[in-house]
Amino acid sequence: MTETRTLLAVCLVALVPGWPAAAMSGDATAIPEARADELRHMVRQDCGSCHGLRMTGGLGAAITPEDLADRDPQDLAGLILDGIPGTAMPPWRPLLTEDEALWIADYLLEGDEK
Amino acid sequence: MTLRALAAAALAVLMLTGPAMADDLRGTGDLGLIVEREAGSLLVVDRSERAAIGRIEGLGDLSHASLVYSPDERFAFVFGRDGGLSKVDLLTQSVVNRVIQGGNSIGGAISDDGRLVAVSNYEPGGVKVFDADTLALVADIPMGSKTVGIADVPGSRFVVATWDTGEVWLLDHSADPANPEITRLEGIGANPYDALLTGDGRTYIVGLFGEKGLTAVDLWQDPPQATRFLPDYGRDQPDMPVYKMPHLQGWTLADGVYALPAVGLHQLLWVDAATLAETGRTELAGQPVFALARPDKREVWVNFAPPDNDKVQIIDVMTRKVTRTLTPGKGVLHMEFAPRGREVWLSVRDENRVEIRDARSHEVLAEIEARAPSGIFFTDRAHRMGL
Repeated sequence: MTETRTLLAVCLVALVPGWPAAAMSGDATAIPEARADELRHMVRQDCGSCHGLRMTGGLGAAITPEDLADRDPQDLAGLILDGIPGTAMPPWRPLLTEDEALWIADYLLEGDEK
Repeated sequence: MTLRALAAAALAVLMLTGPAMADDLRGTGDLGLIVEREAGSLLVVDRSERAAIGRIEGLGDLSHASLVYSPDERFAFVFGRDGGLSKVDLLTQSVVNRVIQGGNSIGGAISDDGRLVAVSNYEPGGVKVFDADTLALVADIPMGSKTVGIADVPGSRFVVATWDTGEVWLLDHSADPANPEITRLEGIGANPYDALLTGDGRTYIVGLFGEKGLTAVDLWQDPPQATRFLPDYGRDQPDMPVYKMPHLQGWTLADGVYALPAVGLHQLLWVDAATLAETGRTELAGQPVFALARPDKREVWVNFAPPDNDKVQIIDVMTRKVTRTLTPGKGVLHMEFAPRGREVWLSVRDENRVEIRDARSHEVLAEIEARAPSGIFFTDRAHRMGL
């Protein structure tokens, strides 16, 4: 199921070259709204433990949209899933699917509009 | 008749005003503050009434906020993530002063004489020290690193550890508050993530994230002596992800032993306080965050990092076994015991409430509504070293 979703998302992106990353985050087909709410909460609260409630940094780096400008969403999703060895950034793969990590990457790049 | 009526009226006035004046006076010894992290506010609570009695707003970004109390237990100094240092009055329930002193702060401490408030900053990395009355800057000590685990040491001193450079700095403000005498200990270990001062003010224990083990600094020695301990704990086991750093404030000294939250292991580590040797481990339900001794030291209460942060486990100090697993609700961020250990207050962030439990029967006694509550701070901290 997860793989199908990822595939679908990848295909969609591939079909529309130059589709801005931001457009993907609204991809309701990938992440149900209830889960998206949970992910938003998780970013603010759990990522916020280190990165700050407002993503302005703490023990972890600042990760506001300005700080992340020009970062590739796929790369960010990879960082979220696998962490950064040798630092305090843990791998979130046990708690997130790849789609969810990508959703979070997009959410961070866009900023909190909700 | 008229005289009688007058007398009665006078009596009535006396009866009305007398008690009203008595009500206007109050102590602060059973008060506390609860951080509402998202709202940037503090809930003022009364332990005796088990109720919120007010709210202080306008404190900025309170993620990871902490606070310390003035010696008279009337004022609190609040350290916000946005670098804000705020002085609040529990009696008038208002912000009496506020300065933005840094870009990103992590905590603070108050000197033993109550005159100096030190703020530990991530950005710019170092410590700034302020006058407790006016919040005017007294000393600025850049350290070239994020700083963690600041605590007050007897004699107008502060101690702090540095995340990036693995050092401990002792700042002695007793001779000249503006120019502290600095003692710098290098080679404490890789990435200190937090530290604590024991209740007697003698030993500063530093937790390490970048390598296994911890470091104890004996502040009675001159110069202070650093000793590594538990250098190998968990080396034979793969580390589990740490989704929230343990906090060491409130690390337990119970019955001659430290009960320490392991990093990357779902365990509580028992260490002989005299020899710093490991004496046992207790398996836990998740990555421990706080390991707090009930004030009588008979039990240790532990909360957890995500995804196990709905639970609290209670460990019997004599048997070192988990005697009970409570599930107060989603996001149990902090616990604070009443000074004599009768009750414990738990913040349940995701359910917007604080739960008050009997610390012996563990029954829920009351609940208080709060907006995404995190830290709970009772005023008795004013009289405890390291808090």
